[in-house]
Amino acid sequence: MAPLVEARGLGWRHASRIHPALTGIDLIVQRGERILLTGDSGAGKSTLLAALAGLLGDEEDGDQAGTLTVRGTVGMVLQDPDSQVISSRIGDDVAFGCENLRVPRDEIWPRVRRALNLVGLDLPLDHPTRYLSGGQKQRLALAGVIAMGAELILLDEPTANLDPAGQTEIVEAVEAVVAETGAALIVVEHRPHLWRAMMDRFLRLESGTTGTAGTAGGSGGGGSARLVETTADDLPSLPVLPAAPGVPAGTRSLVEARELQTIWGPPRTLDLPAGCSTVLTGPNGAGKSTLALTLAGLLPPEGGRLHYAEDLRQGLRKAPHAWTSRQLADRIGYVFQDPEHQFVARTVGEEMAVSGGDPDRIDELMTRLRLAHLAEANPFTLSGGEKRRLSVATALVNAPTLVVLDEPTFGQDPGTFTELVGLVRQLTADGVTVLSITHDEAYRHALGDHEVVIR
Amino acid sequence: MNLLRDINPVTRILGLILLTTPLLLSVDVVSAGVALAFTVLVAPFCGVSWGRLLRRGWPILLAAPLAAIPMALYGRPEGETYAQFLFAHVTDNSLQLAAAIFVRVLAVGLPVIVLSADVDPTDLGDGLAQVLRLPERFVLGAVAAARLVSLFRDDLDSMRRARRARGIADQGRIRYFLTLAFGLLVLSLRRGAKLATAMEARSFNRVAEHGRTWARESSLSARDWIVMAVCLVVSVASIGIAVAVGSFRFLGVA
Repeated sequence: MAPLVEARGLGWRHASRIHPALTGIDLIVQRGERILLTGDSGAGKSTLLAALAGLLGDEEDGDQAGTLTVRGTVGMVLQDPDSQVISSRIGDDVAFGCENLRVPRDEIWPRVRRALNLVGLDLPLDHPTRYLSGGQKQRLALAGVIAMGAELILLDEPTANLDPAGQTEIVEAVEAVVAETGAALIVVEHRPHLWRAMMDRFLRLESGTTGTAGTAGGSGGGGSARLVETTADDLPSLPVLPAAPGVPAGTRSLVEARELQTIWGPPRTLDLPAGCSTVLTGPNGAGKSTLALTLAGLLPPEGGRLHYAEDLRQGLRKAPHAWTSRQLADRIGYVFQDPEHQFVARTVGEEMAVSGGDPDRIDELMTRLRLAHLAEANPFTLSGGEKRRLSVATALVNAPTLVVLDEPTFGQDPGTFTELVGLVRQLTADGVTVLSITHDEAYRHALGDHEVVIR
Repeated sequence: MNLLRDINPVTRILGLILLTTPLLLSVDVVSAGVALAFTVLVAPFCGVSWGRLLRRGWPILLAAPLAAIPMALYGRPEGETYAQFLFAHVTDNSLQLAAAIFVRVLAVGLPVIVLSADVDPTDLGDGLAQVLRLPERFVLGAVAAARLVSLFRDDLDSMRRARRARGIADQGRIRYFLTLAFGLLVLSLRRGAKLATAMEARSFNRVAEHGRTWARESSLSARDWIVMAVCLVVSVASIGIAVAVGSFRFLGVA
């Protein structure tokens, strides 16, 4: 039988870019094969998946090189759970792909029910999609793909935005689905250990700069990429980082919250030890972000007591939520979960300068966070890792005493991850107090000097 | 009781057109008054209690006097003059026109409130594409985009906090809101682009070539036709009564 996917010298260049995002890819995928695809940020993994899913568009969008044949229906689940919910009811959402494939009406609803069953979404068909958790939304998208009868399922970092429970949910659902439907599977993931047990094949997409000769691939000019077969043992391992040293005895608290009532959740009592790294963990929806925003003066508390040490207040007497924006920024830096929410300028350079920090400090930060060469780039066009580094850099511009990071490692590759951990360590070494919201075990291990768990 | 439950959303739109378009022919108190009385009387039977009508309809209750006052001051002077200064003349005719406009704004506006209540965007989309045969890709895109509106609020909150945290929220109010609005626009476009990709990932791109099926049928039943007929009868009757009592004024002249 002819293979499901046959790519020869496949390449793609986006119309607005000089360099191709993908070149010289040779790939054969057999029916029912389960492939884990790894590779560095920017190596072109997402572009390859988009090509297989037929999402790259026509000549107007860019130039294709080589040939690509896909013999079957392809369905793709994207990274961001919120942006791939299409309908307001779950039944309609799953039916959407079937309708587009002109499946007759009588056949659609049985398919929808079966797909929802397979992914374990046991909810009425008219259940509103806006009440689903992140993990449920990803399973919903997967159900939509199954209902289409996809013979090739493509998953682009499907667990990147989920808490550990949500990650397990989606991996289990995928396993059940491929076992039942016999569909081929290609998963792109920065955290491959979640998936290794169920995979047949392990591929690594290498960007061509290393230029190793002697292997098939690389028919395109310039920086040609290669797909390399690897084994489960060659998967990028979790970065090995030194364990957090803990809080030295007698450390005073920079921030004290006593029965602090936020707009969401029960009253909380906690301390942020000065010059240490505190991690805040808990399930999705427990109110971690609300708590962190309240601790950082971005939301008014509803009750209880919030006390800042003098070196954080720096002479201010009012409650932190009543400080001016300027006063707040000089004392507390906040890295938001979605970097795009905090971008305000047209270039990276302007973005760094907009809150009026010391130019020398800006230069130093940009060099340290490897942003200097991007000074003229538009923040929105950066890669995920670059956006994260920029959002961290902007929070540090005014040399704050307290830095709060909301899920800083979401969707980051191991390189950026290690870099972020190193950066936070350096901050605490300089006496800065850090609070991070995280789901990530490795992050917690390395930076949990003090741990706060909320439910 | 809700007589309009389960009717096709398209019926609500067509009914609205049938009910209000004829009212635009005449500017008089009687025709609009009859239609308005009908709307107010049946509203509680259409799922919109009078309390809800007030709550949802306040912009229209506000707009009606705002539209009527200029008419009272500057409407064509005729008959007895009650007051005048500069170009303003409050006369028999201008007061009559003002009253007619006041009632008319309500007679056209309140049915919108009643008929647009409880419309599900998904059902509306089904109806627009299947009953009115509007282009499928356009309708589905619009329905999906309507769902994104709820995400705007969250985006806006996050952006305001981010600006405050970065020390740039103290600037002038106008400048602050302009940059905020622009940021929101950028984010919305990006969300839209992501949604479009998600839709394409489920074969939406193939709809243009060969059309699509619909998981749910949307069609007009006898009840839909009755609702539309009632709307037409009410508007024609209100014009008829206006003609009969001699208050019909074509577009407010004569």
